[in-house]
Amino acid sequence: MANFIQAYSWLNIRYLLEGLWITVEISAVSIVFSFIIGGLLGLLRYVNIKYLSALVGFVIDIIRNLPLLLILFFTFFGLPNIGIKPDAITAAIFAMTVFESAMVAEIIRSGIKAVDPGQMEAARSNGMSYRQTMQHIILPQAIKKMIPPLVSQFVSLIKDTSLATIIMLPELMYHAQIIYGQNTNFVLPMFLALAVLYFIVCYALSWLSRVLDRRMGA
Amino acid sequence: MLSILVNHWPELWSGLLFTLGSSVLALIGSLIVGTVFAFLEISERKWVRIIGRIYVEIFRNIPLLVITMFFYVVIPMLFANVNGFTAGTIGLTIYTSAFIAETVRAGIEAVDLGQMEAARSNGLSYLQAMVHIVFPQAIKITIPPLGNQFINLVKNSSVLAFVAGFDLMYQGNLIASTTFDTSNTYLAVGLLYLVLTLPLSYFMRYLEKKWA
Repeated sequence: MANFIQAYSWLNIRYLLEGLWITVEISAVSIVFSFIIGGLLGLLRYVNIKYLSALVGFVIDIIRNLPLLLILFFTFFGLPNIGIKPDAITAAIFAMTVFESAMVAEIIRSGIKAVDPGQMEAARSNGMSYRQTMQHIILPQAIKKMIPPLVSQFVSLIKDTSLATIIMLPELMYHAQIIYGQNTNFVLPMFLALAVLYFIVCYALSWLSRVLDRRMGA
Repeated sequence: MLSILVNHWPELWSGLLFTLGSSVLALIGSLIVGTVFAFLEISERKWVRIIGRIYVEIFRNIPLLVITMFFYVVIPMLFANVNGFTAGTIGLTIYTSAFIAETVRAGIEAVDLGQMEAARSNGLSYLQAMVHIVFPQAIKITIPPLGNQFINLVKNSSVLAFVAGFDLMYQGNLIASTTFDTSNTYLAVGLLYLVLTLPLSYFMRYLEKKWA
């Protein structure tokens, strides 16, 4: 018990929260980037432009089937070999964005595909253009279908930022390791704190999506 | 990249086997644990459902790395020594089982309620109806998402590199640090991961289309 009281000194808690803030920041930036890039790529794959869409699809499939950790290693340790030297934060955001964009693209594409083709046909035969149909008929229905998988993807993005501890990004996991590295009595309290803090952030995001979902009346 | 593959093939091959081994063991383990918790989640008793729910929510919302490091760092301090491969595989099993529980639960719930009612009114017990009528139908719905979980497992097993689990990623790091040819090493490692995951991924897409 004494271990726990000692471990949760204000100094340590503050240090953990600083790490948590970096985790949240990195996640937020990566979520925004991967949503934009992944959305564009998903649309590009869906609209079927000759050769281009197939190429985009192939690249997406390759990235989706690689471990994020590998992409992170390649970015941080591999790129300097060919003359690009990103710092830890840039490397983390870049690797997360590359990986998550591919995941998001696939979610966007299958969300659009899941809308009944009759919707497109009906709108087109009522005189709407392809763009109008997409914008007013297909996408609003598709977005509703995409929200749950997108949110769980973003939850896993937040969890995956912990991998960046290996490139010494000062996020939550890294800070916890520094604290318990100084005193072995702090190991158990730190793991408990890690579990609780990650849980709160991830669960809050899924909770938010459920509220949104109800608001939209799915 | 080719020279790395040729010169360091023994290490890479052994890493590939450890990655595959850990993934298969974790798949079997998490199928068992996940199915048990899926049944808890749909139990007729409320407190049993709550236990299932808590397990799934906790392990879905904590990073795999935290769970794995827990088994690598904390368990040896409190109980017995655990090597990296075991710690990593246990971590993978627990983490994946939460996702598999959700998949299996969704599969069971997708089976028409009438099936259970019909079986029960024909005199089968809840357990009999579940085992012989509902579960076999649920499995078919569950197989494509389970395949995707296995792909995730193979990718996630790279976390073994954190705990000296001798997997592909770990071997890749060793090769990268001895040859200094980091970019080519990681490309070679990536190629080997794709050999494992890409065919499976296309096969699952084919199954989804065929069974849809």
